[in-house]
Amino acid sequence: MKKIRIGCGAGYGGDRIEPAVELAQKGDIDYLIFECLAERTIAIGQKQKKQNPQSGFNEFLAARMKAVLPICAEKKIKIVTNMGSANPKAAAELTRDIAKELGLSHLKIAIVEGDDVYDIVVNNDLKLDEMGTTISLSGKNIISANAYLGAEALAKALENGADIVIAGRAADPSLFLSTMMFEFGWQNDDWDKLGKGTAIGHLLECAGQITGGYFADPKYRDVPNLAKLGFPIAEVTQEGDAVITKVLDAGGYVTVDTCKQQLLYEIHKPDSYITPDVVADFSGITFKQIGKDCVEVSGASGKPRTSTLKVSVGYSDGFIGEGEMSYAGPGAVERAKLALDIVKERLNICHILPQEIRFDLIGINSLHGERLSKDSAPYEVRARVAARFASKNEATFIGNEVETLYTNGPAGGGGAFKSVKEVVAMDSTLLDRNLVKTNISYLEV
Amino acid sequence: MKLREIAHSRTGDKGNISNISVIAYDIDDYETIKKSITAEKVKMYFADIVKGEVIRYELPNLGALNFVMHSALGGGVTRTLSHDMHGKGLSAALMNMDI
Repeated sequence: MKKIRIGCGAGYGGDRIEPAVELAQKGDIDYLIFECLAERTIAIGQKQKKQNPQSGFNEFLAARMKAVLPICAEKKIKIVTNMGSANPKAAAELTRDIAKELGLSHLKIAIVEGDDVYDIVVNNDLKLDEMGTTISLSGKNIISANAYLGAEALAKALENGADIVIAGRAADPSLFLSTMMFEFGWQNDDWDKLGKGTAIGHLLECAGQITGGYFADPKYRDVPNLAKLGFPIAEVTQEGDAVITKVLDAGGYVTVDTCKQQLLYEIHKPDSYITPDVVADFSGITFKQIGKDCVEVSGASGKPRTSTLKVSVGYSDGFIGEGEMSYAGPGAVERAKLALDIVKERLNICHILPQEIRFDLIGINSLHGERLSKDSAPYEVRARVAARFASKNEATFIGNEVETLYTNGPAGGGGAFKSVKEVVAMDSTLLDRNLVKTNISYLEV
Repeated sequence: MKLREIAHSRTGDKGNISNISVIAYDIDDYETIKKSITAEKVKMYFADIVKGEVIRYELPNLGALNFVMHSALGGGVTRTLSHDMHGKGLSAALMNMDI
């Protein structure tokens, strides 16, 4: 029976690069997939692209390509990625230039576009899910609108001989599914197969999170060699069953428990995981340890895809100002509380009215609030104030006020920090899939 | 006993929604976990943090539960004032629950 081996070389935009190189060198893989987009990344990319038309793609694209292209070209490993982010064309051009510099030839690079639906979303004044209003009523400045593209266009690019496929907002599991559709000839209405492939893609998409990353809890779950964590490989059969594994001597491990955690990561209803390709059903999945670092996954299925595509909409939403100061030694907590009280009062005196504000004692209650963190008593504590405003000027006030605690606040504060950042908020909407047209073009080296 | 003794967990985020898996180390403990940790109990446990509905999904063949908590992330990763923007630490809080 035909089998392919798919490796995941990145689980997010800033992920480590060595494990991808290790996969290419020692993983005996046919495909190397780089999943590099989060909800907000593409909105930030759109902003960069507006300032410089040659930017707006993943900042580590060049470093990744330089590291893996020579090996992938030699071993005929194909690359599929959403590192194109807001600018797949510029990303592909840079990849072509890097390939030339490296002296490589006979490489075909596909550019998959069409996810940018800003004009459609704005012109149709669509309703935003979380705000519950239409774009025009929301009064917000929309930065970006990107539809989640499915596996079809990516598979088509592979069919047309692409060695490297660069997309923008392709759905994470679709990057992986595309390779299976192409290799095994799965049709775009074979819901069970698409559901199985989507489950495999979902298991792989966060890279190290299934090989022991983000899993260790000393004494409960001691994961070996996390500094050299290996990234996952799925060996997939034509029937859509798979074994999850890794390079043998790489760090980390693959167990039934690492697989279960990743399966449930960022999913809601287990029998209805909606992607552009299929409504995947994970409820019947089982895992079986069949060897060291080898877990067999089976039992996923699928239902017909929806008529709509999810669209991530990014918009400007004011500024967050932050300030922090540390206190240590006897009475540290009392002094930190006094520091926060002072800042609170200063806001009143200066008539600064944030849209939302919080006062944290890092080390005591900043993550889960008062109730869940009662009885915690650290030696040192960090006072933190964060607030959101419409204007940058007001947001700047927060950090400055915290900083003035040096000479105006309680004794012994140290390590002041302040920042102001623009908020790129995200919302989502659904768009009739027929309105979204994908376009594939090619560059050759 | 703390939930941590018999289960492990990971938190995920999508928009303003947080999901927490609860997975039994030993599948024989699944029924105990299922009885002990209801959606209502989780909602009460996170009363200060989770402002919306909590839904529980059961995965008996994995010995796992999945809690989906709405309006749990202060507006989502880019808007929240929390320094754990994704709410990644929520699973650790749940593992501290007495069962």
